Amino acid sequence: MEWFRSLMLPPQGSAFAAEVDALYMFLFWLSAVLFLGIAFAAIYFAIRYKYVPGRVTPHITHNTTLEIVWSVLPLLLCVVIFFWGLEGWMKYSVAPGESMEIQVTAKKWIWTFEYPDGSRTANDIHVPVGKPVKFIMTSEDVLHDFFVPDMRVKHDIVPGRYTEVWFTPTVLGPHHFTCAEYCGKGHSDMMGKLTVDNEADFKKWLETGGDDWKNYPPEVWGQMQREQKGCATCHSIDGTRGQGPSWKGIYGKMETMSDGKSYLVDDAYLQESMMQPNAKIVKGFEAIMPSFQGLLHPQDIRGLIAYIKTLK
Amino acid sequence: MAQALTHSDPHIGDRPRPAKNYLNATTGIWSWMSTVDHKRIGVMYLVAVLSAFFVGGMFALLIRLTLLTPSHKLFGKVLIDADAYNRVFTLHGAIMVFLFIIPSIPGSLANFVLPLMLGAKDVAFPRLNLASFYLWCGGAALAVTSMIFGAVDTGWTFYTPYSTTTQNAVGLMTMAVFTLGFSSIFTGLNFIATTHKLRAPGMGWFDMPLFVWGTYATAIIQVLATPVLGITMVLLALERAFNIGIFDPKIGGDPVLFQHFFWFYSHPAVYIMIVPGMAIISEIIPTFSRKTIFGYRAIAYSSVALALLGFLVWGHHMFVAGQSELATVIFSALTFLVAIPSGVKLFNWLATMYKGNISLETPMCYAISFLLLFAIGGLTGIFLGALSTDVHLTDTYFVVAHFHYVMMGGTVIAFIGGVHYWWPKITGRMYNEKWGRIACALVFIGFNMTFLTQFFLGSKGMPRRYYNYLDQYQPLHAFSTFGSWVLGLGLFIVAAYLLASLRKPMDAPDNPWGGTTMEWLTSSPPIEHNFEEQPVLEHEPYDYRPKVKKHA
Repeated sequence: MEWFRSLMLPPQGSAFAAEVDALYMFLFWLSAVLFLGIAFAAIYFAIRYKYVPGRVTPHITHNTTLEIVWSVLPLLLCVVIFFWGLEGWMKYSVAPGESMEIQVTAKKWIWTFEYPDGSRTANDIHVPVGKPVKFIMTSEDVLHDFFVPDMRVKHDIVPGRYTEVWFTPTVLGPHHFTCAEYCGKGHSDMMGKLTVDNEADFKKWLETGGDDWKNYPPEVWGQMQREQKGCATCHSIDGTRGQGPSWKGIYGKMETMSDGKSYLVDDAYLQESMMQPNAKIVKGFEAIMPSFQGLLHPQDIRGLIAYIKTLK
Repeated sequence: MAQALTHSDPHIGDRPRPAKNYLNATTGIWSWMSTVDHKRIGVMYLVAVLSAFFVGGMFALLIRLTLLTPSHKLFGKVLIDADAYNRVFTLHGAIMVFLFIIPSIPGSLANFVLPLMLGAKDVAFPRLNLASFYLWCGGAALAVTSMIFGAVDTGWTFYTPYSTTTQNAVGLMTMAVFTLGFSSIFTGLNFIATTHKLRAPGMGWFDMPLFVWGTYATAIIQVLATPVLGITMVLLALERAFNIGIFDPKIGGDPVLFQHFFWFYSHPAVYIMIVPGMAIISEIIPTFSRKTIFGYRAIAYSSVALALLGFLVWGHHMFVAGQSELATVIFSALTFLVAIPSGVKLFNWLATMYKGNISLETPMCYAISFLLLFAIGGLTGIFLGALSTDVHLTDTYFVVAHFHYVMMGGTVIAFIGGVHYWWPKITGRMYNEKWGRIACALVFIGFNMTFLTQFFLGSKGMPRRYYNYLDQYQPLHAFSTFGSWVLGLGLFIVAAYLLASLRKPMDAPDNPWGGTTMEWLTSSPPIEHNFEEQPVLEHEPYDYRPKVKKHA
């Protein structure tokens, strides 16, 4: 039956996922049986009682016993399903007290996460295996929704409020999370990677941002950062105008700012644009970029600059 | 067997077709535009809502075509970009819900048939009836304007604060919805008064056809729930126009409040959509089974029960939206209660077929399609009513599939079945039966290909309203798109043979199906004032016993 479940549902990333799936599969089989029963009755009757000219049909107006049975039995079934669903809901609603807390800020169309030690990431979460993690979430603009299919959890993120969701990951490796409440143009691109690490890897990742970067040339690493850290949402690489200036041919160019002054786009300019984006605003654009201070580790900044240099 | 109304004995040629009927009693465009005849208004509504269905359907095909591949490319060109996609699904939803499904059955078929079924000359307030049609036109015009000037991309739910902060024609769209709401309220008022006051002599409440019961229950919801939508739209407009903080947290509002208001209308609206569909099925099944309806009172009461329960379950749209956990638990429990009257109806229809004398003309093919599709729609609702599974499935394609099974597989299939059932009465013409069944089969197959697939997409974690999607979902998306072509083809065939039937001379008998309700007593098409003389109730509806006396 496991292969059948995996045909319909995503991989299970937590014990909670297995519980949800148990109810899902129960409902699936129950529905299948009921549906086949209804379909069989409808088709069987249509064939068995096929029209014969002149045949008189019996005048059956009702049958109280039967009607009580088919009202009460489904009701009882519904009571069972309600409590089954409620059991899972109670677990989903109340995070264990010892959970690690991650602050989530959702914004069109980027996720930022802040760890207890102050580390920040964008569109990228690492969590230690076997430990409950609680996400405390808010939005800076419109509604969003933090949805982790493998953990079977999601919750809306409401501006002006904090909402919570939690899970205990049990399966090492990559999973993904995504926005499930419509938020405009970039809604379907608002997704990111959730990596479940063992304790040691997680600690190391927190300190250094991991050493994955050593496996790639700087410009390739930079290209990956562009996707992962959300740069791609606003900065194109083909010259198309986005929320921010395109990166195509930007390196080495003189840019005119909104205050009329001009600056050369060099390494120092690019680094400043990432750390203090509102210090200089290119003419014709709005001051809407968030600071990536703490989000980008030194290797990430180096990689991004190397990558931008390649975009002639 | 003294003139029993049975299929073997339809009164073809029982009496000559009257020279004058409601279609040719007066002529000229103005005679239609200023008509207060419920039948003409019903026909105008039919044309109007079917036009809206066509436009909404084109948008649906475009959505599916865009999602055929993750690159959205057709012949090397990107079909539409993310912004356009968002507008297209918004228009698809808004048109289908507000311009098509909500007014569809009440405006067209109920308008035409309800007074006939009651043996009445017209609805209680004929002028108000015309006014509600023109309000519909006004609302539709506003909606079309908002389409042309600055597209709306909020989704048909207009969730705040997105809808209060985006730079587009949301204001016009909310005005459109507001206007359409009043159209719906007037129709509801009219049907309530008509049902109370204009029943034929001898017709008590439990002698009314079940279509009337369903329409009556719907009218109650229309009158009670729609004003809340109107109020919500006014608040939304006030916030946008005058920056009054109601829903936008930046100026002190609460976005979740909007969702409460919105679903307080829009959940009952689900029953405005489905209860008339069920009401049509309650007519078609006994007629083509030539057997009395099983559990008349249970079906009548279950329509009213659905209408009332519909007001108590709006919070099930918001399990993970930020309402209190306790409220969520209560809404889940109440939601399960909806399963009971729905199930009761389904079982009653099946029991009506038991030992019937069943012929599978096109309307009955649609009725059986309805039973199967509505069963799937209802059963998958349980996954969403149960709390823990809903957390995973809400806001995914599972929800999209579920409500399409209820709205399209339920209401629209019943509506198409009803159009076929009453087509001879409305137009005086029979359509091509063979093509009718072929098209019904195509619609059934195409619909299941399109939407059954989406349950699996949703379960796998594919969120709704997504322009881009992960490659892993592509095979299912492609299959769903292929299904939409089959479905579209089926519906085009329906349009083709129905329109073709209008080109031939009138050939429909007064009672082609052997129906027992009063609309079959008059000529096809009916005369301007419906009946030559006031019909009097002589037997309960759906009485197929021999010795039924024939009405004059």
